[in-house]
Order: sequence, then C-alpha cells, then structure tokens
Amino acid sequence: MRLEPIASPSAARRIMPPVLAILATVLVASLLAMVAGGNPFAVLGLILKGAFGSKFALLETLNSATPLIFTGLAIAVAFRAKLWNIGAEAQLYAGAVLTVVLGTGALGLPAYLLLPLCAVAAMLAGAMLLLGPALLKTRLGVDEVVTTLLFNFIFLLFVSYLLEGPLKDPMGMGWPKSARLLPEARLPRIVEGLRLHWGFALALIAALVIWVINTRTTLGYEMRAVGQNAQAAAFAGIPVTRVILKTALLSGGLAGLAGFSEVSGLKGSLTSDLSPGFGYTGIVVAMLALLHPLGVVLAALFVAAIFVGADSMSRAAGVPSYLADIMLASALLFMVLAILLTKFRLRRD
Amino acid sequence: MDLLDILLSASFWAAAIRIASPLIFATLGELICERAGVLNLGIEGIMVAGAFAGWIAVWAGLPLWGGVAVAMLTGMMLGLVHSILSVPFGLSQHVVGIGLTLLATSLTFYTYRVVLPEVSSPPKITAFQPYEIPLLADLPLVGPALFSQTPLTYAGFILAALTALVLYRTPLGLAVRAAGENPSAVAAQGLSVTAIRMGAVIVGSGFMAVGGAFLTLSAFDSFFFDMVNGRGWICIALVVFGAWRPGKAVLGAILFAAFDALQIRLQQTGIGAVVPYQVFLMLPYFLSILALVVMSRRAEVPAALMVPFNKGER
Repeated sequence: MRLEPIASPSAARRIMPPVLAILATVLVASLLAMVAGGNPFAVLGLILKGAFGSKFALLETLNSATPLIFTGLAIAVAFRAKLWNIGAEAQLYAGAVLTVVLGTGALGLPAYLLLPLCAVAAMLAGAMLLLGPALLKTRLGVDEVVTTLLFNFIFLLFVSYLLEGPLKDPMGMGWPKSARLLPEARLPRIVEGLRLHWGFALALIAALVIWVINTRTTLGYEMRAVGQNAQAAAFAGIPVTRVILKTALLSGGLAGLAGFSEVSGLKGSLTSDLSPGFGYTGIVVAMLALLHPLGVVLAALFVAAIFVGADSMSRAAGVPSYLADIMLASALLFMVLAILLTKFRLRRD
Repeated sequence: MDLLDILLSASFWAAAIRIASPLIFATLGELICERAGVLNLGIEGIMVAGAFAGWIAVWAGLPLWGGVAVAMLTGMMLGLVHSILSVPFGLSQHVVGIGLTLLATSLTFYTYRVVLPEVSSPPKITAFQPYEIPLLADLPLVGPALFSQTPLTYAGFILAALTALVLYRTPLGLAVRAAGENPSAVAAQGLSVTAIRMGAVIVGSGFMAVGGAFLTLSAFDSFFFDMVNGRGWICIALVVFGAWRPGKAVLGAILFAAFDALQIRLQQTGIGAVVPYQVFLMLPYFLSILALVVMSRRAEVPAALMVPFNKGER
C-alpha cells in the first residue's frame, strides 16, 4: 500500500475528515459510557452542562484551560521545530519550585516587582531544565524524547524531596506541602469575587507573543525551517544547533510559566499533585491546534471543558471521569489521521 | 552491610533477575519494532494495559498462563492500532506513540473503575510461584539467583534466545532487519515492507504487554495505577544501550536491574540514613540517561528507524 498526494483536494475532502474525527471520538465515548451503564446522550449532555452550564462552571473551565494554554504553547513551539519535548511536566514543576522559593518571604519586595521576578525566574527554571536534553541532542545526538521523559520522573522525585525537606511548610502539620506564598506574590483575580486569575490573561498574551514570533520574526522562520527539513535549513545557512537551543529555551520557559501561574494564581502553595499531567495533556492540546499558537487557546479551552465537564458528569452519572482522558487521546489519534487524509489517499498497489 | 556482602549474596542477584524480567520482555518487544524501523512509544501504555489485562483475566478465573495470553493479545491489539497509523499512513511515530500511551493508560484506568467500582484496595490473585529447576537450583550463588525464579522469568530468557534466533538465523528475521535498514531493497525482493513492519509492531507490542503482566502475575499479585512507573521509557533506553541486539539488551536489563536492587538495599544501610530516599529512586532514571549518552557515540541505529516507507517514492 502507498500514500498518494491528492493534487487539488475538494472542499469536502478538506472538511470531511476532521468532522469525521470528531464524530468518531464522540462515538467512542458514547460506546464506553454505555459499557459503564450510562446513557450516552445523558453523559455527553452532562459533560457540556458541567463545562458551560453555569457561571461557576464556565470560570472553572477558563481556570483549567490556563495551564494547558501554557504547556500547549510549550509543546507547539518545540514540535514545530521537531524538538520532541515530552518533559513539560517537569519544566512546569521547575517553574513552580522557583515561584515558591522566591515568593514565600526570601525577598521583601512589593508585588509589582516580586510578581514579574517570580515569573521570569519560573521561565528560566523551565528553560534550563529543557536545555540539558537539548544540548544532549545537539552535541551527542541523544534522542530527546527519552531524556525529557526520564527527567519528568527525576524532577518529580526532586520535588517530593524538597517538599519533605527544605521547602516543607513548618506549619503544615507534617503534610508534604510548601509554605503559602506572600500576598505580594499572588496573581490577583481579574474581577474581584470571581475565581478567575490573571494567569489566564497572561496565557492569552503568551499565545499572541508566540504567534508574533512565529509569523513576524527571523527566529520564527528559522524554527519552522529547521522543523521542516534540518538539512535544507543548514544548507541555507541557518544555524540549526542554535535555533534548536533557542527553541528549547522558549519551550521550557513557557512550561515554567504554567507552574508559576498555577502556584501564584490558583493554589498559593506547592504540593506534589500540583499538575495532574498538564505537561502530557499539552501534547494533545498542541496537536489538536495543529501547532498554531492561537489554535492552542481554542484547543486548551476544548480540552479543559472536557475535563471539567467529565468531572461533574462522573459525580452525577457514575461513569468514571477517565472517560475524558480516553476522549482526548482518541481525538488526538483520529485528528492526526484526519489531517493526513485531507491531503493524501491510501492506494493498494 | 558491606557493599561486597550485598554483591555476593544470592538474594541480591535473585532480586536483580526478578526486576530484570519485565524489562527483558518489554525491551525485546521494543527491539523488534525498532529493528523493523518503527519507534514504538506506546510501550509505557501497552505495559499498563498488559499488567491490567493479565491480572483481571486471572481474577475472573483464567489460569495464570491464560492471563499471560490475554495480556499478549491486548498488547497485539494496541500494536495493531499503532501499526495502522504509523506504517501505511506513515504518521509521526512520536505523536502516534505518545497518543497510544495516553489512550491505553486511560482505557485501562477506565476499565478498572467500571469493573471494580467500589473497591478501595484491588483484589489479590495467586501469582506465579518460584520453581526450582532440579540440580541447577543447587548450584552455589547461580542456583538461587537464576534457577529458583518463577516460570514467567524462564519464559523471558527463552523468548530472548528465540528472538535472537529468528532475527539472525531465519529469512523472516532477515526481512525484519532489512525493513529497518533498507526498506527499498525489501520491496525490490517482492516483499511487503508494510506487512513486515506491521507484523513486527504487533508482535513486539504483545511482548511489551507480557512485560507489564509480569508485574501483576509474578512480581506482585495485584494491580496498582502507578505500577509501570516509567519502566517502558527505561526499556527504550535499554534498546539503545543494547545496540539493538537481543543478547546485549538482556545483559543491559540485568545490569540495570542489579543497580536497581542495589539502590533498594543501600537505602537500608548507613548511607540511606544520610541521603534522602528520593535520591536512590532517581538513580535508575539517571542511569538510563547515562546509558544513552555513553552509547550514543557508537550506537548502530537501524538506518530507516522512524523513516516511513512509501513504495514508488525515494
């Protein structure tokens, strides 16, 4: 069998596969809901209602989308240059750790200095964590997928050590959690009284900045060229190694910001369950967005809606909330296939 | 306890072989996929699914070997999904693999919750028991270490020998290796690269799932959510460490497992009182990265690894 490019795909050819991918995902979810003894229409309805049905639900969805926008951008930036960063989870925690180190009383600074400082430190921490695997890739040709994945396990153990040792809250009744951030280190809420913090706005700004970098700067062009064909890029005089390292810094920095935003905006302290896998879910977000930074915002909202909705559905209908994770993983696989089928067809030879 | 005492004790080496067993199955599975030219990052999720499928089948009443077969079939089905997307459609093996790991893991956890909605701790099964091989088990040091293991461990070593035999001594093995080195030459022989690669991914995924099932059917007697805990990713490092050769990969797995067994024992010594336990738990992951770095200089990567093959195109 072989793939054959379609010379001029019709409108239907370009629209149908992604639509079918979404339908297939819904079908898989419905079947699994039935296996668990739920009525599929009721289950899907409850997911929508749980995600958008009230002001509280909507704000919860926006809050949950915030870290996913950051990690989704981190992955999108890296994957666009074919730097396979699967370590956003660890980079997020690195950002969170630095936020806690600086934000719990080490520095007596006012909020307008302390907040930016924490954010920048979080970015640097995330960036440094990805620089290692990126250097191993460019210097020694070590595959970054495995190194970034293994770093996730190493760094989570490191966080666990910090929370039981140096960063442990002395007033925490023995729980492995950090002290709370000073009020000066907390991101305020966008509207007083509503549970949505400025991290969401920061995430939207980050998406815009990445969009500008991608479309309006030399670096954006170089990252894309390296991703499309590193050999050709090198031949055209693009410093491939330096572009990969810059991509790593940018990607790791974005993931670090996710950690800053979660600690400073939402939680106020660090525990080892700060992220329920935002780093991995960011991969789904980035792929659903076709690696486009503004698409990442939409995809993160979609993914967050499914998570928030499935949580409330699970309480009401008794169908396990892991249904959300299944929907996202199958959406990812169906979608990459669908995108291919808009341009190619499979022929028997 | 002295380091030398640990290294000379039979119980230490018995533990090393036990820890190595799931890695041997899964590493062989990954090796077969990569030798045919496909990087299978679904390994972590396939191991989770295999661990669960084998265990739940035995819990439902199948004999232990029936559980192994169910795990194998589960892995092969997941491998079929991977191979359809990555071989004829030629989609990014990174994305397909990570996606499959997410899918297999979440499907497993979902099924667990549906089958056992109310349990706080998972039920136990009667796992494989150690079987002492007559005469050989009486040898000093080697006997208790190598020949007093469970039947599934012996199966792992037999599988390694079989894999090496098939890969290097049969036309089928030659075709698999060629599909990973020079697929055009395979196609020129009138063989289907698509079929060879898909078959390798499906069989390899089956082995990975058995590796996962070793955890629930032999090493422990129950299923936990965090059970696999990155072992799949470590196996990917072991394939590189073993230079894509079954024999070296098995040795690498044993070496790695010995190190893991050592860090567990060191935690109980004077060093363990001073150094935080997390440092010991990090060591296996650091060791894997180190192995990748050291071997990257002279690794003999299959030339067509991660390169999709499209007939009629060059």
